[in-house]
Amino acid sequence: MQIPGLELEFDALPAPVPIWHAQVTPQHWQSAATAVHAAGGRLLALWAGSSIDPSGTDTSLAPVPACMCAAYVVLEGAFWLSLPLLKKEGRWVYPDLSAVFLSATRMQRAAADLSGVQAQGAQDVRPWLNHGAWPVDHYPLQQHPDGLAVVAPTELQNYPFVHVDGDGVHEIAVGPVHAGVIEPGHFRFSVVGEKVLRLEQRLGYTHKGIEQRMTQLPAMEAHRLAGRVSGDSTVAYAWAYCMALESATHTVIPPRAAWLRALMLERERVANHLGDLGALGNDAAFAFGLAQFSRLRENWLRGSQAVFGHRLMMDCVRPGGVSVDPDRAQSNLLIDQCDSLEKEVHTLFDIYESHAGLQDRFVTTGRVLPELASRLGLTGLAGRASSQTWDLRCDHPFVPYSDLPVAMATHHNGDVAARVAVRFDEVFESLRLIRRMLGDLPAGDIVCPVVLTQQAARGAGWVEGWRGEVFVALELAGANLANRIERCHLHDPSWQNWPVLEHAIMGNIVADFPLINKSFNLSYSGQDL
Amino acid sequence: MIWKAVKQIVRTGICTEAAPDIGDAAQAEVARIQAELLGILGQALSIREVDAGSCNGCELEINALGNPYYNLEGLGIRFVASPRHADLLLVTGPVSRNMETALKRTYDATPEPKLVVAVGDCGCDGGIFGESYASCGRVANVIPVDEVVPGCPPPPLAILRGILKAVRRRIAESANAHK
Repeated sequence: MQIPGLELEFDALPAPVPIWHAQVTPQHWQSAATAVHAAGGRLLALWAGSSIDPSGTDTSLAPVPACMCAAYVVLEGAFWLSLPLLKKEGRWVYPDLSAVFLSATRMQRAAADLSGVQAQGAQDVRPWLNHGAWPVDHYPLQQHPDGLAVVAPTELQNYPFVHVDGDGVHEIAVGPVHAGVIEPGHFRFSVVGEKVLRLEQRLGYTHKGIEQRMTQLPAMEAHRLAGRVSGDSTVAYAWAYCMALESATHTVIPPRAAWLRALMLERERVANHLGDLGALGNDAAFAFGLAQFSRLRENWLRGSQAVFGHRLMMDCVRPGGVSVDPDRAQSNLLIDQCDSLEKEVHTLFDIYESHAGLQDRFVTTGRVLPELASRLGLTGLAGRASSQTWDLRCDHPFVPYSDLPVAMATHHNGDVAARVAVRFDEVFESLRLIRRMLGDLPAGDIVCPVVLTQQAARGAGWVEGWRGEVFVALELAGANLANRIERCHLHDPSWQNWPVLEHAIMGNIVADFPLINKSFNLSYSGQDL
Repeated sequence: MIWKAVKQIVRTGICTEAAPDIGDAAQAEVARIQAELLGILGQALSIREVDAGSCNGCELEINALGNPYYNLEGLGIRFVASPRHADLLLVTGPVSRNMETALKRTYDATPEPKLVVAVGDCGCDGGIFGESYASCGRVANVIPVDEVVPGCPPPPLAILRGILKAVRRRIAESANAHK
């Protein structure tokens, strides 16, 4: 398989979604980026990888970064490129991608902090995840997992924010501890009067070393950690991790397991959309919306508790399948929940739609026009609200979506109202899908054995979570090294969307920031790792 | 428009009391905890929530405390925007090293007498993330903790119970001190 416009052969990875892999040279590294960009493709993820050689027998758990990896999406599927690193003046380097894909910037900065790899030619090389918690010459992902040294924290670093000068310009600094019950991050607004000229984010506060921790866990248990990268997307992450593990081990899960995973994924989508729709009403001073939607969300979570044994369905997706098999009565309960929820959401939709004050706050607020969205790589739900018509469930329908065509929800206005509309549409679509899934659920096993391979292996998982696509790249050592996880990169769509939020707020008033921020509802933990 | 909203409000009724969906046992417990909190405090309790590095799962459940079923505000418990207005810090997550200073400063900014409740397995013992170059582990490694609420994430009722236990213990302690 080839990327359109690039003479380079890729090997298919065994996964339910089309993903290919290839080793590349620095020339190919750059021409691939240009070719993907020219073909209208996107950068999916960027990370420093490990050194496994699936054809060879050994790889030691080497304390050097072995390669730089990029994953791109074009119409045909996803392409994972591994570039062996070059050593230049004592530093591991690779050619910068941010000139082609702006969203690469923060991922490159994170890779520099964690693995000590430098993007040659990059404009912004400020640290991203390391706020001074560990020495600048200590690279957490280059440590042997069995011999992790105790790291003495260094002084907190003073972060060089970009300053805006001019008559009447002043700064508002917010965070990391925010006023509401939300995750920590720092926002630096440059404002004139009420108008925001510029926003600069500083994230990384919830960085808790997930990728290093991954290398300490057995491959068969790491799905639990994957399911805690971003708690609101636990099903999506656990599924993406398990898909990667199953891909590396050539495991095909039973159909019933795939259907149940999708059932939980859609339930997770509905739960989050309900929460957001309520919070969006509340942020526009319509507390009625929060009361109603939070009540519906609570009912929904109780349904998950009753059927899956966990309100957020954590640890219900496991390697080889799922851990819960709903019986007939439980299926009926879930169907009844869909019916009653659908009726209620229709009522609330009518109220939201006809509420002039609410619409006044929503419409044209926090606008990201399709052209800008495309240039900045806006993805997932927010992307679809700005005409970026990508939804993995539709683009590459795997089981069970191959049997249940999904109607993609899109909008072209790119404002808060559009992101609200896409959420409403997706709730209704997910309810339809859930009912179909429960009606047509195939019989059979819900889990199959996963047998780790003799050789080192590579696998990838790719799932359309409620926020956008979650991607997991997994490199496993061979049996001689106890099938350890050499490297597991977990990618959240928030990486792409956070920088776009900086643009969405420009020209809006400060008071609309919470509303705009909520309309994206990005994960801090998911990108901080 | 407003009629539609009013109609919906009337049709929904008051979940906090009626709550047909939760089952009687759980509902009775909510009511008992609510009554006890009011009895102990006799005044509003102000909480500052600090996510010190969580996966956001605990935040989802803490936010759920505000829904009509648990009706936290109805009890006179509210989340406040600043630690300077708070009686109690509700802290989640393994404390990331990047949040260590912010958490300490938040604690210092909270007026005495202050209570700290650590929420979730990570807050209790570091959870699956443990201690590392990036994580300080449990909340008690960074600031004094009065009460822990295990669970991943703990359901809203467990969090409410933890808040109550911390308040009750503090009141018992101060009563003993005055004897």
